Amino acid sequence: MRFLAALLFLLAGCASTAEGDPRDPFEGWNRGVYKFNEKFDDVLARPVAETYQDFVPRELRDRVRNFFGNLADPFIGVNNLLQGKLSEGVEDWARFFFNTTIGLLGIHDVATELGFEKHNEDFGQTFGRWGAGPGPYLILPILGSSNVRDGLGTALDIYADPMGEVRPIDARNSLIVLRGTQVRADLLDASRILQEAALDKYVFQRDAYLQRRRSLVYDGRAPRERFE
Amino acid sequence: MNRAAPALLALSGLLLPLPAQSADVAPDALVKTVTLEVVALIARDKEIKAGNRAKLISLIDAKVLPHFNFEAMTQLAMGQSWRKAAPEQKRRLVGEFKTLLVRTYASALAAYSDQKFDFRPLRARPNDTDVTVQVRVLQQGAQPVPIDYSMEKTPAGWKVYDVMVGGVSLVANYRTEFNNVVRDSGVEGLIKSLDSKNRSLEAAGAAKK
Repeated sequence: MRFLAALLFLLAGCASTAEGDPRDPFEGWNRGVYKFNEKFDDVLARPVAETYQDFVPRELRDRVRNFFGNLADPFIGVNNLLQGKLSEGVEDWARFFFNTTIGLLGIHDVATELGFEKHNEDFGQTFGRWGAGPGPYLILPILGSSNVRDGLGTALDIYADPMGEVRPIDARNSLIVLRGTQVRADLLDASRILQEAALDKYVFQRDAYLQRRRSLVYDGRAPRERFE
Repeated sequence: MNRAAPALLALSGLLLPLPAQSADVAPDALVKTVTLEVVALIARDKEIKAGNRAKLISLIDAKVLPHFNFEAMTQLAMGQSWRKAAPEQKRRLVGEFKTLLVRTYASALAAYSDQKFDFRPLRARPNDTDVTVQVRVLQQGAQPVPIDYSMEKTPAGWKVYDVMVGGVSLVANYRTEFNNVVRDSGVEGLIKSLDSKNRSLEAAGAAKK
């Protein structure tokens, strides 16, 4: 709690850019973390992900993605239930059941073939569904783009993450690194395209994140923002 | 004759403008035909598969560009700043933005063309002139990525004026960037900054070959 207070104080201290974007009052802090994250990505995350993609065959990477995706489905279901979406929640649990059994601990996504679609939910989206606005944009160390609402959501996501229960600690850490590598490898194309498309990568990435999260809260059916 | 026939056939295929009567083609049918055709052409082309970006861009120029309204896209991306531009500047802005978008589109196609597509049925009334055509890119073990084409009916057929990928509007995403540059260095500054972006991408592309 004291850490949180200190963090908020720090954020407030950084919020002093004159002509800043109203959605990004912590831009000073954010740009600092952004720089750190870019560095981290340049020297560690991206090279590791590229090596992984070069040396691990696609078939095996699909199995790894499915395995971790399956472990995430129960809490995706919990979030769907918390958002009052009963059938989606049940679908997520059915996915977990079929993929864990017939799909051999989740490495095969048989549920999709059976017609149970994979969903994208987390606690940040649940808060959004309950009416919480995004709050100021916030870049988290390593994890990247977020906002105050989704940051709190991410804290809960991490708390609920079944990976936290894995013992011994070494095994847990290895699994977390493997999952992170898989996630980064899946983003290699997208991050290269972002690099090409953006004039100012910080701004482009921020706006894309905010649009993306808004869309996810509405499950892709967000009311259109009218252009003038 | 027999041996020349296939070559002639292929040649005539190249010369035919894609949907000759595109004014009558329904928007969802148009998206589906063009997408599948382009994906098939990429799959067959060894040079594009090997990373020949120039060839991919000329394919996009021929097959995809006629169905986009770049002036509308530029105008929407500029927002308030569009009015500050002189007609001559508008022309250059549209040209530069088009180059950037085509390049981005080419990268996206190169990366995702071997995925499976799910073309959603169009939900629109018969006399609607502004519709959203929905396509979903299916991927292993992850939620499908929705691609929504915002399309407007014009005398020359349906034209795309925005693309939303995973809920992110491409046009809206440039809005803040464009306005920031215009605020700091004017419309001329934005043209310069787009131009140098395009040049650096071209140089990077050439260096790779």
